[in-house]
Amino acid sequence: MSRWVLSGLKTGIKTTHYPAQQEIHAGVSPGLPVTGSAEGRTAEICPTAALTSSEGRIEVNYRRCIHCFRCVRSAESAPLDWQQGYEWAARAADRPALETGAFGRSLNVLVVDAGDCGACLSEIAQLTNPYYNIHRLGFFITPTPRNADVLLVVGPATDQMRAALKKAYDAMPEPRRVVAAGVCALSGGIFGPSLVSGAGAADVVPVDVEVPGCPPPPLAILHGLLVAVERKPSAFLSSPSAPANPVEAAP
Amino acid sequence: MLADVLREAEMRWPGNLYNRVDARSGEIECAPEAVSEICGWLFSEREYIFACLIAEERSPDWELRYVWYGAGDDGVIHVVARQPVAEQTFASLIGRVHAVDWSEREAEDLFGLVFQGHPRLGDFVLHDDRWNREVTPMRKQVDANAPLVRLLPEREWRPLLVLNAPGGFAMPIGPVYSGVTESALFLLETQGEDVIRCVPRLFYKYRALEKLAEGRTAAYALLLAERCNGTSAFAHSLAFCQAAEKIGGVNVPSRARALRILLAELERFRHHTAAIREICESTGLAVGASEAAILEEELLRLSCQYTGHRYLFGLNTIGGLTRDFEIGPCLQTLEMAQSILRRLERLEQRLRRTNTFVDRIEEVGSVSPQDAREFGLVGPIARASGVARDLRKMQPYSGYENFSFNVPQEQAGDGYARLRVLFAEARQAVGLIEQAVSALPLGPIRAETAHLAPGAALGWVEAPRGAAFHWLRLADDLTVERYHLATPSFLNWNGFHLATENFSFQDFPIILATFGLSMAENDR
Repeated sequence: MSRWVLSGLKTGIKTTHYPAQQEIHAGVSPGLPVTGSAEGRTAEICPTAALTSSEGRIEVNYRRCIHCFRCVRSAESAPLDWQQGYEWAARAADRPALETGAFGRSLNVLVVDAGDCGACLSEIAQLTNPYYNIHRLGFFITPTPRNADVLLVVGPATDQMRAALKKAYDAMPEPRRVVAAGVCALSGGIFGPSLVSGAGAADVVPVDVEVPGCPPPPLAILHGLLVAVERKPSAFLSSPSAPANPVEAAP
Repeated sequence: MLADVLREAEMRWPGNLYNRVDARSGEIECAPEAVSEICGWLFSEREYIFACLIAEERSPDWELRYVWYGAGDDGVIHVVARQPVAEQTFASLIGRVHAVDWSEREAEDLFGLVFQGHPRLGDFVLHDDRWNREVTPMRKQVDANAPLVRLLPEREWRPLLVLNAPGGFAMPIGPVYSGVTESALFLLETQGEDVIRCVPRLFYKYRALEKLAEGRTAAYALLLAERCNGTSAFAHSLAFCQAAEKIGGVNVPSRARALRILLAELERFRHHTAAIREICESTGLAVGASEAAILEEELLRLSCQYTGHRYLFGLNTIGGLTRDFEIGPCLQTLEMAQSILRRLERLEQRLRRTNTFVDRIEEVGSVSPQDAREFGLVGPIARASGVARDLRKMQPYSGYENFSFNVPQEQAGDGYARLRVLFAEARQAVGLIEQAVSALPLGPIRAETAHLAPGAALGWVEAPRGAAFHWLRLADDLTVERYHLATPSFLNWNGFHLATENFSFQDFPIILATFGLSMAENDR
């Protein structure tokens, strides 16, 4: 046993300083394309219709962008600007605000997989690794809806998961919040709406916070949780002029 | 030899084989009645391995294609049967080849085909509490965008068989359970402390990926292939690209082929590190799990830093890769991978010396070599049970024949054997990365012309979890007519119950973790 204690101590502290400071390590986020001028560019390059062209600008709808990189690597269109960063989560406009201090200082998160490809879930699993360690912020992943404060949904809400997702939400006590992570959960992504799947989690449960990305990196999901409990300001998902959220670009 | 096998087949079934024994494509077209005998012969006498069953509705006929493969010269054999669309009954192969069990159930649910002689049809991909039995989403007349008509009112699902013994009951686990887990339901039938058996109920995440690809361009279907399983996205997109490249006769430049191996092995290394982390977590070994998680995160960051994406999305394209890598990043990737491997090996040493850990995974969830062969298991699970199957050796692709590596094998078939295989394969993966980097050819990373043509082809890879086959058929207008994925998780879930017979309750998460299967890859 002492071997494990020693090796654990020898590893030192790996944990990020986010949210107190921005994390600038390379590789923490794949980044997102940014709205820009339409010159030499075409919105048709996007296979999921995340890009729209209007008034000489190409606008990005972050609810639909699946990180296929075709808008930056294709020969047919000048590359779109790309932005690092991860503070992408946005509050849904039509949901009521939370009373201050509603959840106290700790937050229990129930993760429900409503048909994701495994990448979103893998990124959520990273949240508890020593690099992100959400426990230090009072966030815990709970196996049961009965003591969950936040429902973290991934996947497009497949028909065969609808009943389970609804039941899990109904079993949660008030106050409760729903965070939808990943474009599948926001718009159905590449899988929905279709013959066996809805257009995202909002079809089944009321979504409070949306986290774009395919998959959203761990820090984006963490930002989503912080937005849900109003410890961080919300970003904008498809603003015509401003980028997702002004953050310092990673080196 | 493939040619010998085909010749012998012609001799043995002279009346039943149509004149379509094609030595080049390995296709045997035969009467529907003869399929069972020929496949049974291939499996039990010629020791071919079952790859997949591909059902296609090609008006005016059904086309059923059982795909088999062997090592080297034995090649890949397609046993094809056709009959009119109105005639929906086929003979089941299950009496002769058990491995086809799930493939036939899948075809029954999705196409409405009936496999005569199959003991358990229905309530598989499409849950019976949700949809009428008549719903067949993969038929051509069904619209991919219009929601299927659901069964109303929805029924409460009840398992088919429940243990009939004093004090016996079935404990359902899922579909929402535990911490961060994929959705699936497990029915543990218990009597007291011991679980007598476990019945998994999957396909909660059925996204009809194959249906969504139909009528779209191959470039769009590639996005779906990539996202059938996010944690082995590169392997699946590679299999898809290889199928498309075969159809179009595209020659992938040697630099792209070597880089594909580099990236595929990087993905395998990361996947196995994650699998090791999960095994540590399942036994409650917190420090070990944290150490593996640190390495996993570092590999994810490494992937993102040099390729742009943590899960290697958007790299494969039909004809090569979407971006080149300079030698600097390749060398840094190798250096990082080697340093992570050294730390992983130190973790392995510590795990081996920790009795409390080894005791929990040793002799837990055993699968015998006989069963592994019978049920057609693949990947690290089969290799831990003494069945050394690896498509990189048996039917090399992308230039694996020029690389030197061995296929780790264990005999015990228990959880510990599977863990040892994972560690050994991680070592091999880093060795392959090193070879790819040290002999990286110069040149373009994408074929100059990647024109597609109408036709069909099978692409395959040894994905981190085992053999994956992607069947792609392009119509005359070059849109996808049929796309079928046979994934390692689908093949291996079929044998999951083998490891979950007569075990104690607390071992269940450990068995689940040592199998390391994905629901997303299975459900598609």
